[in-house]
Amino acid sequence: MPREQILSRIRQALGRDALPPEAAAALDARRPAHTRISYSDDLVERFITRFQSRAGTVARVACRADLPAALAAYRAEHGLPARAAIAAPLADLPWGLEHHPGPAGQEEVLGVTGCLAGIAEMGSILTVSGPAHPTTLNFVPDYHVVVLPAAHIVRHYEDAWALLRARPGGLPRCTNIISGPSRTGDVELTIQLGAHGPRRVHVLLLEAPESAEG
Amino acid sequence: MINQSLKFKDKAREALADPHLRVALGKARGSFVNKRAELAAALPEFERLRDEARDVKNHVLENLDHYLERFASAVEAAGGQVHWASDAAEARAVILGICERVQARTITKGKSMVSEEIDLNDALEARGYTVVETDLGEYIIQLAGEPPSHIIAPAVHKTKDQVSDLFQAAHGGSRKTTVADLVTEARLVLRDKYFRSDVGITGGNFLVAETGTSIIVTNEGNGDLTQTLSRVHIVTSGIERIVPTLEDVSLFLRILARSATGQETETYTTLSTGPRRPGDLDGPEEFHVVLVDNGRSRMLGGPFQDMLRCIRCGACMNHCPVYGAVGGHAYGWVYPGPMGSVLTPLFEGLDGTRDLPNACTLNGRCQSVCPVRIPLPEMLRELRHQQHQQGLMPPAQRRGLGVWRFAAERPGLYQFANRLAARVLKGLGGRGGRIRTLPLAGGWTEFRDLPAPQGKTFLELWQARPQKPEEPR
Repeated sequence: MPREQILSRIRQALGRDALPPEAAAALDARRPAHTRISYSDDLVERFITRFQSRAGTVARVACRADLPAALAAYRAEHGLPARAAIAAPLADLPWGLEHHPGPAGQEEVLGVTGCLAGIAEMGSILTVSGPAHPTTLNFVPDYHVVVLPAAHIVRHYEDAWALLRARPGGLPRCTNIISGPSRTGDVELTIQLGAHGPRRVHVLLLEAPESAEG
Repeated sequence: MINQSLKFKDKAREALADPHLRVALGKARGSFVNKRAELAAALPEFERLRDEARDVKNHVLENLDHYLERFASAVEAAGGQVHWASDAAEARAVILGICERVQARTITKGKSMVSEEIDLNDALEARGYTVVETDLGEYIIQLAGEPPSHIIAPAVHKTKDQVSDLFQAAHGGSRKTTVADLVTEARLVLRDKYFRSDVGITGGNFLVAETGTSIIVTNEGNGDLTQTLSRVHIVTSGIERIVPTLEDVSLFLRILARSATGQETETYTTLSTGPRRPGDLDGPEEFHVVLVDNGRSRMLGGPFQDMLRCIRCGACMNHCPVYGAVGGHAYGWVYPGPMGSVLTPLFEGLDGTRDLPNACTLNGRCQSVCPVRIPLPEMLRELRHQQHQQGLMPPAQRRGLGVWRFAAERPGLYQFANRLAARVLKGLGGRGGRIRTLPLAGGWTEFRDLPAPQGKTFLELWQARPQKPEEPR
């Protein structure tokens, strides 16, 4: 069996047998506190600056009821049709367009989703897959609009891991940390947006303390 | 991929004469190096993060058996399957078996250096599968029928003009000449492939033991479309890519992109934990991880264990003057540059790779930028030592070293020879003090003059210095 072969080769090289149970348990209990990037900026400001530095865009929205108007403004700005894949937790709003909860097919131009958190450290959003958030909404449409309540912005990756662990099912099938639109530098290192994923990622930053995703 | 490292000298000569390659490599050098330097300077914690990353990797290697088993049970708990492969043939057999069982036709691939290492594409194509590389750089070199020349920028050796030609030949239609049009064309062509893909194969930057999660870090989103839209997702990864916990992942996310492309972060960090769950509207029905040993466990516990810390960022090759001059293909196998010059002899044997450890000036830049502080120059020196011990050095070089050693062990003789050489060379230099040609050093003096010694050896000057220099006040 390759499994036993590989493990025994490793143990031979390390000059020991399999770890005794106490040692193994100690390793499993290890929860290191590594150096974090220290910064004192306001979380929301930091998130916006860092996210925009990689061609992400952000619009502030006062409350949940204002989301349809904010999306309409964005659609008008980019000439987008009145059709979208909108994640289920946001489906109750009067969007004024034809929409479905996904998954997103090849014809989809606009995907609208919530997210579990924003991570201010480098300016990223973190989404979790599930019935309320098909992963294709993040990657297939040309435009991805993400609703992020300002209160859900955390400081460091470690804070986001804590949120993931606290979920009832633990980690979802797919956790996406997204820090801007898709890009490539594979032709002469010239940066080009919209390689395979969205050409643009737009965050609607909800200032009111309400949840965007159930 | 058949190892062609023995042809290093010929291939390096060809590379130096290739005008397209000169243009492409010239553009690459500045970009990666300068951006990394800016970001490293802007992050006060950077050096400390590198120390901690080195320590975490060492900790993993000391406990690799435990963390691999923990990872495997966590993957299985999440509904995925783990396959262990001792070598390339076993890894190929596992993947071919899965593809056959699910009656795959189209296979899409995200970037995976391990899949290059195990020659996966050839094996899949030989069985009649349509294999599509989806990373733009990988797609370009797949069209060109070439291996990658850089581990994170596989088509860095191609100019835009060459890409235009390749695309026109493959896609038909008008010849696209701007980067934007080329990228859009590839986007459209590949879209169709994702939606028809049966099996999606990606690499794994990190395997998290705690949660059974495999992580890819990318800019394009091709790996995500590959794994989300295929019926089956297969991750190929080396056994050393384990990290214990999500906390450890944060550490590496803070240094990987900065070291690799000189970005603060890549666009996408994707954590995959098992297959599609009840109620999910998309995602693969099966999730497999193939853990590939292929020579890695042999490196444990020996002088090359530190090499297993490598996180495949490419910083060493970006900063290597030899790589910068000859590009990646000259190295003749999957991994180029300094990390490749260490790995290739270890994976493929010292005999077939004898030029690689010597294709290095020991300038140390690779070690100074390696995010996990791998002592690459020391390892290359150790490989040279092993070559010498195994009699793999060219006879002339061996005899030369023998002569040098004979003299070096006899100080009187050595100093005499040195004094003699210094005076003869001074004579040869004439009034200009420069030597135009020198026997046995024609390769050096063909392109530059050798400054002639000024008559006395260092030892003579040292002995002649004032015995008690004045104490500084």
